[in-house]
Amino acid sequence: MSTGMTDLVADSRVIVCTGTGGVGKTTTAAAIAIEGARQGRRAVVITIDPARRLADALGLDGLDNDPARIDLEAPGELWAMMLDTKSTFDELVIRYSGDPEQAEGITTNRFYQNVSTALSGTQEYMAMEKLYELNTDERFDLLVVDTPPSRNALDFLEAPNLLTRLLDNRLYRLLTAPGRGVLRAVNTAAQTLLRQLTRVVGAEVVEDAIAFFAAFEGMEDGFKQRAQDVLTLLKSERTAFLLVASPRHDTITEAQHFGGQLHEAGITVRAAVINRMHPFSAAVSADDAEARAESATGPAASWWRALADFQRCAEDERRSVEQFRIDLPGEVELVTVPMLADDVHDLAGLEQVRAALVA
Amino acid sequence: MVIVAGKGGVGKTVVTASLARAAASLGLQVLMIDVQGRSSLGRLFDDGELTYETQELFRHASGGTVTGRVLSPDEALVEWLEDHGMKRVARRMAKTGVLEVVATATPGIKDLLVLAKVKQLERAGAADLILIDAPAAGHAITFMQAPASLVETARVGAINRQAQDVLDMLSDRTRCRVILVTLPEETPVNELVETAFALEDEVGLALAPVVVNGVYPVLDGLDGSAPQVAEPAATDLAVAGSLRHRRQTLQSEQTARLAAELPLPQLVLSHRFDGMLEPADIADMAEELLSGIAALPDQVIA
Repeated sequence: MSTGMTDLVADSRVIVCTGTGGVGKTTTAAAIAIEGARQGRRAVVITIDPARRLADALGLDGLDNDPARIDLEAPGELWAMMLDTKSTFDELVIRYSGDPEQAEGITTNRFYQNVSTALSGTQEYMAMEKLYELNTDERFDLLVVDTPPSRNALDFLEAPNLLTRLLDNRLYRLLTAPGRGVLRAVNTAAQTLLRQLTRVVGAEVVEDAIAFFAAFEGMEDGFKQRAQDVLTLLKSERTAFLLVASPRHDTITEAQHFGGQLHEAGITVRAAVINRMHPFSAAVSADDAEARAESATGPAASWWRALADFQRCAEDERRSVEQFRIDLPGEVELVTVPMLADDVHDLAGLEQVRAALVA
Repeated sequence: MVIVAGKGGVGKTVVTASLARAAASLGLQVLMIDVQGRSSLGRLFDDGELTYETQELFRHASGGTVTGRVLSPDEALVEWLEDHGMKRVARRMAKTGVLEVVATATPGIKDLLVLAKVKQLERAGAADLILIDAPAAGHAITFMQAPASLVETARVGAINRQAQDVLDMLSDRTRCRVILVTLPEETPVNELVETAFALEDEVGLALAPVVVNGVYPVLDGLDGSAPQVAEPAATDLAVAGSLRHRRQTLQSEQTARLAAELPLPQLVLSHRFDGMLEPADIADMAEELLSGIAALPDQVIA
């Protein structure tokens, strides 16, 4: 098991940690980046909305949307950043706009501001975008990316197409039909549609949307190409997908579903990490420990009860993890991380997780 | 109506199911609404996945029932358009992606319309108690803030009136309460406190007691050293006991901190050690909630 995880970190250029919410994705991503640094890699971890104390421990303030170097005694380097969705989107617009005026026309538009902050999928899109950008950054040779909590793996695979899909839709095509000019002579069908929309959301909102589409003229191809490149990176040989889960039945089921979706989308899951396993005893069964707890007196009853409770959990967890292993498609490395005495919120805690990952 | 909200992984769905069962045992007609789809609400009552149609999941001897349904944001938007004289174009707008533009142009519109639909159900007297299994994580706040922000952004028109109506429902403590769920751990507790203040200050929502889920029952006597036993399990006994002791200490620190930072009563649900949750577990948890509620100074639910 150990060489598997060590090799995976050694062989990969990009590691994407996916999974549902509350399973320890951020912690796992950070621990993997630390393993990279210890192997001599120049590793960067892109985190999404980390818990406050962990963010503080990693020196992340989220202000500059650029990785910061973390002090770590290792042959390599550890860098970390917290994704700022809005700034990443702004940078992308600036990169593809013809001139500063076009960029400003877009970034000050209210519809754009909704797209770049509130549209579902934007966070996933920008996480992948930032990944792509850092992939061309010579400071790093290992990129570990955390993903937003999601119940649907396809959310972030489709995310890079988010904007092009929006730009591709009927309203946009009607409004920007060649030879008509954007705001002047839109055709009748479009006018009917616009009237309907105005009834629902008001004229102001519709005007903002039209202005947004108009401002994007000429930029679609750049964005489409970029989305294509991001997908190519995600499907590359040196990109490894990691499923992160907790040993609870429902999250295991979610992880299985997730893995299946990725598989269908042509993405190979290289490893699965199951966090927070209860300690398992090879010496006694839960039933036996429970019998001991029943017959013991004084504090001994509590100790046996503690063992019985954890063993009850652990036996069940081992069964569901085993089932998970069987159901995983292809050659998937499965690693378990024990429940730690303390919650992880500093480098020392991350080091414990790292050690468990490669143990 | 009660909205059950919390960070991902804290057991919101299980708490929703337990609350529903507890209320049904008091003779109430309870409707659970899943706004995300694919939740395990149905399974917790030994039923399959919930659908768009309301179905009965549980009937108590007292005559109380638990029913459940899905209410997806996309469907809510289409339905609302149909109800507002756009029957002919609503489906076509959905198909061509125009609806996506509408939703983008007015962030929160889908959340608003889910809540509007709930309001409609409430007004129609669909149940004595409606429980909403809210979206996870940060989205819970946006979900409940949607009406307030839409009152601001869509200053005129049907959406504005709709938002105002929903906001009236949310801020009326006799009609709507929020139950926040957490685990007795640092990060979920922090998020709960932040969410609680945001909901109270920014949306004017009334908070019911918080539910602390997954609490280890306290075992005494683990602070000393492990009993000396001459058998192979000796080491494991020591490991389990001291880990349990450490986690018990952490959880009491966290619940104490929660109480200090948020002046709301707490209902505690014990950690379940026996694997997959089944209807019998939900029945136990409903009992636990009821005795927790009975111990509170006044009746706060329903």
